[in-house]
Amino acid sequence: MNQSGLPWRRGMRSLVWPVAALALLLAFNAATMPGFFAIEARDGRVYGVLVDILNHGSRTALVALGMTLVIATGGVDLSVGAVAAMAGAVTATLLVQAQVPWPVAIAGAVALGMCCGVWNGVCVSVFRLQPIVATLVLMVAGRGVAQLITGGSIITFESGPIAAIGNGSFLGLPVPVTMMVVAAVALQVLVRRTALGLCVQCVGDNATAARLAGVPDRAVMLFVYGVCGVLAATAGIIECSYIKAADANNAGSLLELDAILAVVIGGTSLTGGRFSFAGTIIGAMLMQTMTKTLYMHDVSAEIAPAPKALVVILVCLLHAPRVREWVSGLWRPRGGSA
Amino acid sequence: MTREGGLLLEAEGLAVRFGSVRALDGVSLTVRAGEVQALLGENGAGKSTLIKCLSGVVRPTGGRMVLCGRRIEPRSPHEAERIGIATVFQEVGLIPRLSVAENICLGREPGRRWLRGLVDWRAVRSRARAAMDRLGLGGLDVDRELGTCSVAVQQMVAIARALDVRARVLILDEPTSSLDRDECARLLGVIGHLRAQEMGIVFISHFLDQVEAIADRVTVLRDGKLVGSFEAAGLTRAKLVSLMVGREFEMPTGKRETTGERGAGSLLSLRAFGRSGMIEGVDADVGAGEVVGLAGLLGSGRSETARLVFGAETATRGTMTFGGEASRFTTPRQAIARGIGMLPENRKEQGIFPSLSVVENLVVSLRAKDGAFSRLAFGSQVALAEEFVRQLGIKTADVHAKISELSGGNQQKVLLARWFAMRPVLLILDEPTRGIDVAAKADVLRAVDRLRGEGTAVLFISSELEEVTRVCGRVVVLRDRRSVAHLEGSDITEASVLAAVARTA
Repeated sequence: MNQSGLPWRRGMRSLVWPVAALALLLAFNAATMPGFFAIEARDGRVYGVLVDILNHGSRTALVALGMTLVIATGGVDLSVGAVAAMAGAVTATLLVQAQVPWPVAIAGAVALGMCCGVWNGVCVSVFRLQPIVATLVLMVAGRGVAQLITGGSIITFESGPIAAIGNGSFLGLPVPVTMMVVAAVALQVLVRRTALGLCVQCVGDNATAARLAGVPDRAVMLFVYGVCGVLAATAGIIECSYIKAADANNAGSLLELDAILAVVIGGTSLTGGRFSFAGTIIGAMLMQTMTKTLYMHDVSAEIAPAPKALVVILVCLLHAPRVREWVSGLWRPRGGSA
Repeated sequence: MTREGGLLLEAEGLAVRFGSVRALDGVSLTVRAGEVQALLGENGAGKSTLIKCLSGVVRPTGGRMVLCGRRIEPRSPHEAERIGIATVFQEVGLIPRLSVAENICLGREPGRRWLRGLVDWRAVRSRARAAMDRLGLGGLDVDRELGTCSVAVQQMVAIARALDVRARVLILDEPTSSLDRDECARLLGVIGHLRAQEMGIVFISHFLDQVEAIADRVTVLRDGKLVGSFEAAGLTRAKLVSLMVGREFEMPTGKRETTGERGAGSLLSLRAFGRSGMIEGVDADVGAGEVVGLAGLLGSGRSETARLVFGAETATRGTMTFGGEASRFTTPRQAIARGIGMLPENRKEQGIFPSLSVVENLVVSLRAKDGAFSRLAFGSQVALAEEFVRQLGIKTADVHAKISELSGGNQQKVLLARWFAMRPVLLILDEPTRGIDVAAKADVLRAVDRLRGEGTAVLFISSELEEVTRVCGRVVVLRDRRSVAHLEGSDITEASVLAAVARTA
């Protein structure tokens, strides 16, 4: 990534529109709301609207990172919301009913996430099920399993360390933000410094050619779905630590759609191939900023999805090749006669 | 033929620019009724871009087109069809899961009189039958699913579709590249037939013998510019080639004598090798530093044999010995780990990663061989790619360009480089020169020869007998999915291979 600037610049170009949309939104907020950018440090931790956005957006962003990899292989994982709910249920149940120490509870939830992901990967790569079908099964079944684990009730717990995940801070930042940054950096390094990123893109771009070129397609699939499962479980743990309870019914609801949207807004194509983690994180933050903006302008939660959808559609349109051509044509008024 | 027919289509000074690349630079073309015009040029000369302009896929940034005296600006193939220009593209744009009749009428199904939205299926069938009749294929069941028909028939269906729109100009982009000899002859017959019906036909092909057989006029492009338009009658083949490549030109020659050892000493040996329902049984030996050809008609089992050796499909019969060890690969990865490479038959579907760059397409196998988690040295792989771009003369803006922006011949060279970079012990080449121009063909064959000189064993599959006889030191002839003859050294001539291919059992 050091020698030639070209591939970098190409990657940056697809980030232009999501970044522009985010900047525009932030500028609007700065103009209409004094103190939007104010950040205050108290008790070794930062507070402010921006910090809130980062904090609440990081859950979607975490899941969306895994979703980016899955989508880059040409698949999709609809089960992340259900996996998050199961992870929360397992955490709470282990803590309250099995009385295990908190690290064991977390390890159990993460392990469950990994198993779910690997199961999805096996369905897709070994049994050749369509990803949307394979993960739909777990999406529907997973929530039932979560109900089963919690016995149909909301399990509350009192555990300092686990509550600290959602409510504490690390190096001044809320813990979820730190987790998101760590996950993003680790994945970025793993994907770009090893052949993994290339393999993922190849499988997504042309699965037949990938197999004939010797790309370990099954291993790649198992890996990406596994990572997606682990990240979904992590998001589930964060969510249940916010409220110090496991709510099998509502935890992680619509998480899969938010994650997919974040990926798409970030410029990764649903047909697979090229992907961008940076774009995905910007996508997740753009959506969270929208939510926050609407909330702060007293738009009721019932109609909030409508203006949100407008922005999403706009950014997605700007990714369409046709619209891009047209927009770049506005800049260069030649053509017609050459 | 009526070469003095009326002027049908006139294009003047067409220009197309993709970014900073001038794909087409002031090219003019005239098509007359009752004339077959061959459009020739190397890969990347602008042939495809020109016909994309005529058929409305690409809008020219300059120049004008006139059809029968009226200025036209088609915006889509659909619109071009409506005004009378039908195009059969290289990659047949049909839908395999629909029937022959549905494909022919797709997009303009006849409606019922009392409700236009309902399709009159009987009219669909009769129209389809009429169109196939004009091609001399009246016997074909038009209800058959297209995907179950042979490539040749699919090609004919694409042409029938063009006839159904009552096109006055028919454009054929390499219609014969995936046909065998008989099918080619039939297609050329059809073209002659349409010419007699006062159609204007533009015909792109890399096969000069077909051009000689059918064309009335030849238009040559080079580097996006018009070289000239010539009467076919006065043109020799040598003259044609030198017009295309812009210099005097000679194909590489010099057939290899067999140097490899036989039998037990050979690198790869197949004995009654096959898979039920796919290959009955093939015997073949390939030694290090030797090019062995697999000849046979389309469907005789050449590509299937290659896929079995490479592990893309798992063999169930006979034995395969590779490097002195009995081997049976179940995935290509296993074969690659042992030093085997395969250039697949279908570049677009099995070879390239269209949205990735040249360098990514080139290094993928090398990287994947070490496993997905192997460390990547970014600088060194760019250097490697640049080295191969230079060595094979790959025409690309730079190694970070998307491979889909390259012409077919250059894409093929990138795929070759993918395997050259692996330094394979055995390289299987399935139709390595399909759909690429003479100069690129020569480059590819030269590169293969160099690899052979370095001691690599090559299994060579080609539909062009001339190529097989020129390159191979030994030829295994397949028929009906089993090997039927082995030719060697000076016994390999077009006539002898053809005789073995055609001999009835």
